[in-house]
Amino acid sequence: MKLQLRGITKRFGALTANDHIDLTVEPGEIHALLGENGAGKSTLMNVLYGLYQADEGEILLDDVVQHFQGPGDAMSAGIGMVHQHFMLIPVFTVAENVMLGHEQTRSGGRLDVAAARKRVSDISERFGFSLDPDAIVGDLPVGVQQRVEIVKALSRNANVLVFDEPTAVLTPQETDELMAIMKQLRDEGTSIVFITHKLREVREVADRITVIRLGKVVGEASPTATNAELASLMVGRPVELTVHKEAPKLGGATFTVRDLSVIDHLGQLVVNSVSFEVQEGEVLAIAGVQGNGQTELTEAILGLQPHTKGSIKLDGVELVGSTPRKVLDAGVGFVPEDRSEDGLVKQFTIAENLMLDRSTGAPFVKAGNVQRGYRDDFAREKSKEFDVRSQGIESPAGSLSGGNQQKVVLARELSRDLRLFVAAQPTRGIDVGSIEFVHKRIVATRDAGIPVIVVSTELDEVVALADRIAVMYRGGIVGIVPANTPREILGLMMAGELPAGAAA
Amino acid sequence: MSDTTHNPPGTVQPVAPGETPTDTTQPRSNKVLAEILNSSVVISILAVVLAMIAGAILIALTDPKVHAAAGYFLARPGDTIAAVWQSATGAYGALFQGAIYNFKRPDFLNGIRPLTETLTFATPLILAGLGVGLAFRVGMFNIGGRGQMLIAAACAGWVGFTLDLPPVVHLLVAVAAGIIGGAFWGGIVGLLKARTGAHEVIITIMLNYVAFYLITFMLSTQGLLQAPGSNVPKSAAMAPNAVLPKLLGDRYNLHAGFLLALIAVVFVWWLFSRSSIGFRFRAVGENPNAARVAGIDVKNTYVYAMLLSGGLIGLAGVSQVLGTVTSGFDNGIDAGIGFDAITVALLGRSRPGGILIAGILFGALKAGGYSMQATQGVNVPIDIVLVLQALIVLFIAAPPLVRAIFFLPKPDGSPRVSRRAAKKEVSA
Amino acid sequence: MSTVTTDQQAQPAADAPIVLETVVVRSWKAPIAFGIFTVIAFLLFIIWHRDGNSTFRLSSDGDLIQLPTVVLPATVTGIVVTILLAGVTALSAYLVTTGKKVPLWLITVFGVLFMVGFLSWAAAGKAIPITGLLLGTVALSVPLIFGALGGVISERVGVVNIAIEGQLLAGAFSSAFVASLTGNAFLGLIAAMIAGMLVSFLLAAFSIKYLVDQVIVGVVLNVLVVGLTSFLYSQVLTKDENLFNNPPKFPRINIPILSEIPLIGPVLFRQTIIIYLMYIAVAVVFFCLFYTRWGLRLRAVGEHPQAADTVGINVNRTRFWNVALAGAIVGLGGAYFTLGSVGAFNKEMTAGAGYIALAAVIFGRWDPLKATLAALLFGFTQNLQFALSAIGSPVPSAFMLMLPYVVTIFAVAGLVGISRGPAAAGKPYVKG
Repeated sequence: MKLQLRGITKRFGALTANDHIDLTVEPGEIHALLGENGAGKSTLMNVLYGLYQADEGEILLDDVVQHFQGPGDAMSAGIGMVHQHFMLIPVFTVAENVMLGHEQTRSGGRLDVAAARKRVSDISERFGFSLDPDAIVGDLPVGVQQRVEIVKALSRNANVLVFDEPTAVLTPQETDELMAIMKQLRDEGTSIVFITHKLREVREVADRITVIRLGKVVGEASPTATNAELASLMVGRPVELTVHKEAPKLGGATFTVRDLSVIDHLGQLVVNSVSFEVQEGEVLAIAGVQGNGQTELTEAILGLQPHTKGSIKLDGVELVGSTPRKVLDAGVGFVPEDRSEDGLVKQFTIAENLMLDRSTGAPFVKAGNVQRGYRDDFAREKSKEFDVRSQGIESPAGSLSGGNQQKVVLARELSRDLRLFVAAQPTRGIDVGSIEFVHKRIVATRDAGIPVIVVSTELDEVVALADRIAVMYRGGIVGIVPANTPREILGLMMAGELPAGAAA
Repeated sequence: MSDTTHNPPGTVQPVAPGETPTDTTQPRSNKVLAEILNSSVVISILAVVLAMIAGAILIALTDPKVHAAAGYFLARPGDTIAAVWQSATGAYGALFQGAIYNFKRPDFLNGIRPLTETLTFATPLILAGLGVGLAFRVGMFNIGGRGQMLIAAACAGWVGFTLDLPPVVHLLVAVAAGIIGGAFWGGIVGLLKARTGAHEVIITIMLNYVAFYLITFMLSTQGLLQAPGSNVPKSAAMAPNAVLPKLLGDRYNLHAGFLLALIAVVFVWWLFSRSSIGFRFRAVGENPNAARVAGIDVKNTYVYAMLLSGGLIGLAGVSQVLGTVTSGFDNGIDAGIGFDAITVALLGRSRPGGILIAGILFGALKAGGYSMQATQGVNVPIDIVLVLQALIVLFIAAPPLVRAIFFLPKPDGSPRVSRRAAKKEVSA
Repeated sequence: MSTVTTDQQAQPAADAPIVLETVVVRSWKAPIAFGIFTVIAFLLFIIWHRDGNSTFRLSSDGDLIQLPTVVLPATVTGIVVTILLAGVTALSAYLVTTGKKVPLWLITVFGVLFMVGFLSWAAAGKAIPITGLLLGTVALSVPLIFGALGGVISERVGVVNIAIEGQLLAGAFSSAFVASLTGNAFLGLIAAMIAGMLVSFLLAAFSIKYLVDQVIVGVVLNVLVVGLTSFLYSQVLTKDENLFNNPPKFPRINIPILSEIPLIGPVLFRQTIIIYLMYIAVAVVFFCLFYTRWGLRLRAVGEHPQAADTVGINVNRTRFWNVALAGAIVGLGGAYFTLGSVGAFNKEMTAGAGYIALAAVIFGRWDPLKATLAALLFGFTQNLQFALSAIGSPVPSAFMLMLPYVVTIFAVAGLVGISRGPAAAGKPYVKG
């Protein structure tokens, strides 16, 4: 089926998220939609899928103009979508999720679960993977959940399939398998829109590439274009592609973790006997696919996990069993991975957010009263130093862009006297300019002789920042390897295998 | 292959969900008028007006005189309209004369008496409203005002009628006992929420009934709260030393509880806009996760907030038992104030100044309500006040509705949700 | 820089559920609670024992099949029960030390044992008509069960329903008013459903369209309904009680055969049409919620509204109409006050039943059957108070009346473990 978007425009208040976007996807091709975060890719696809109504422009399928009032219309016209955040109900079974919205019923209005089961098996067999139709979706690994999403779309006979950032949660191997599925679908005649920001994947799988920036189509490219060409097209200027850093000047190993385990409320060892140490002046990057215990590990360091066993020592002082307050006072700086949920109070002003973890004593608080003059001077100074772009220190943090929010968090954490700096997913979802800034500050912190832990699921970021790399898989550390370890080895480690001779 | 410091091009942009850059440049022209019309003060006033209109319709619809006139509506429609007008103005006239100034009285000192009644009724509403509002701002919904008031009233009352202490001291001890009682009953909620994750809405509702039956039992048991030698479920009268003094002489009922309310308003203002505890309270209220990561002990904050909230609501109970009804109390001493306080806090948007004004407004409705009910030829049941209160809060909570009714322009920005609604887990 | 081509390595079985190593988490809550109750039993039943025989009458005169009357010696029963309770406590402690969970049936056994001990202690020297006790339980539970069903539907679709109390009261008022005016109890029933639905419309409109916090709307609606019904009661109903507040009550209908089953028959099958409607409602709601398209979609909307939206389910419409349905069901419970039990409307006559129904929803973990059982349990404790004060109870009635609320506090404080409500309940759905 041929898909055409003509002059699609979508505005939110004063913001134009999509500005007269034209796009044509031919039957049997994989068309990549490339763009920075916030460029308007997801908005465009939500318009296509009927979740948003376009202010201007039209959608054509096989040259027939479509009028989608909702996702139901788009689906019955043959459009399917594999969402970045899976649109699956965790407490339902695979079969229930697949049938939802187009359920078949038997006598008495009873759901025909048997038919749904068969449908799941039929489709998954076609692509050579097995899915248990009666498994509860919430219990499945993310890679499998994504297959449920694909089966769900295919069970409605989708002829146009949209993949929205599908590889963000996958191991490199799972990514390759997904690519194979996409190619198989293409060869069967399905039109595929592949939304991504990862150049490597685009060049591997796409037949054509459309680049959008700030809501506009800025060009088309062929898969043979170089990375640098694509990147500058996407960002709109030549991009600083490297992180410059000197060789580390190592001090002592002031931060050591021994046999650390974290137990969740179900009794699962989400972090399982982890040991490592970080030296002054080095960056230890923790790599791994999302959800393999990295979050819990950083939270355990900060004292946020209630059931922790083992030992965490900073400058010889045991941190296990300490409250977050004591850990912060011991000199730990922390950038949480979910910035807007854990790092900031969105309704608070920038100035208030900058004193968020220092509300118990001088210089911000004296005799139980907030020192508002000091707070505001501090905020002005730090906003300037960290290049926070806002309408003033009284602006609510929620009104800032993701990059500027992250700079506020960074400013707050790096303004204390640190003995350890932990940054979890420090550049997730922020613009290229801010990423460059954040990376520079992380390297500067390391060069100041502070041990740094960076957790990232982006292999490129890990490789760029790390002096050593620890790879986590299912709660354990598979191995700690030098920063120049080849990617394929790291990929294997992210799937839980440690090739012989890879350990550092 | 490049060296390790080389980052592959273009792959440095992880993508976050649904993030759209916030646009901060808005055209400024013609916005001023719209902003005034959409300010919360204007919406609040319009909400009150709307509720009064709806109340008037209800009063007119149920007025027998209007029914009589409507019987011959086609013959003389003017009569029906006149009857409706008289019904509504009669009722609201009585409300005004019962709440602000009574023109039927000969002199100013008598005429102004209703206003002092309004302030008397407003006193516990303001205090309890502050308590509910405080909990709101820490992200909790304290529906337990009834229970906290009952326990506080029992504690203050017990000190008031059993102990024999010198003047001033007796009053101070009784007030303190009330605060402690309310804080204790509120603190249970905070503790259970903090330690077990139980939802405070359920706990407070249940504790209301527990307190009610506990006080009922104590009021009908000799040696506990029942007046000695009596067999009615009622306490003895307060000792004179324990009574809150009248502010304007014995001619008026207004007592020193109103001063307590004003002090509490200033205290809560200081707490939230100046103090570091208030800073942490607000941080927990807006985003408990971020507060926790920033080293704030969220669980203890819940306990402290509920202690304070319960203490403030306890003061409302104190004001009832030591100020308004000093002749001994029964199990209805809370007089529904615990629930009224929720509407006061909502109308006042949980801000101390707003709660002061909202408390006085609802105090006026109560004072006037009794006058509406008692005035000859009007006789509108006092229950209409509850209707007005509920309608005011509903309208205030939905500014788009008020704007639609008055054809006001839409403001920019997304609709505001009045409270963080996060109820992922209710432990049961 | 070249693209990395990774060899296809065999994946560890990727589609198996994630299995992490686990350790045993021991929860001592149940043994501790058991221990406390065992101590209470020891103090009450043995130390402060009451002599005499406790008589339990299982049949009333005129039943076709007469069951024998059970007579228990109070002190001996108390001692036996206390020993058994101590045994159960020890068993639970043993289970916990060996890393097992305390099963629900053991908690049930403990509860029933304690209740037997308590009843025989309280009724020492007296007789308790069990049939009457259970009959009263059903009567008191009817509004709770309807309320809980409405609560389950509403919360499962993602709207927290604190307004159950208001829906009950509105149903009670309008059924009395309409049934009195028309002289037809069935019209009263329909009026009650409409009234409950109207309250729901307000709840739905404010929470779905205007995104007002659902708990706040619920609380305020309760105030509004109390105000409105009390106002109309004083202003209209009391002006002519005969005309406006004198509804016909439903007659009792004996179901042939079933009504002659000993004990159960008189309790369950000699009832009014409202109670038979209730049986049907519980069964239908349970079946439909878990086995039909309607139920699947309803639950999907309450768990993950965005996912439901992306498969073409209109989230807000689903919520609106199901909240309305919930209101209609709760309204029926309200009608029971006026058409089933009391026979006339009174100010605030629901007296907190809506809040107990809410507690039953949580206690019953958002499941229609379990919520019904919870409602019956609450109805039982309420009625026990009446039964005991009728025979001269050793326990002050205030404490018996307090019991359902205390039980609920224990329940939500985690005695029976964390239970999870619908994930999206309480959150308005805004597209995007």
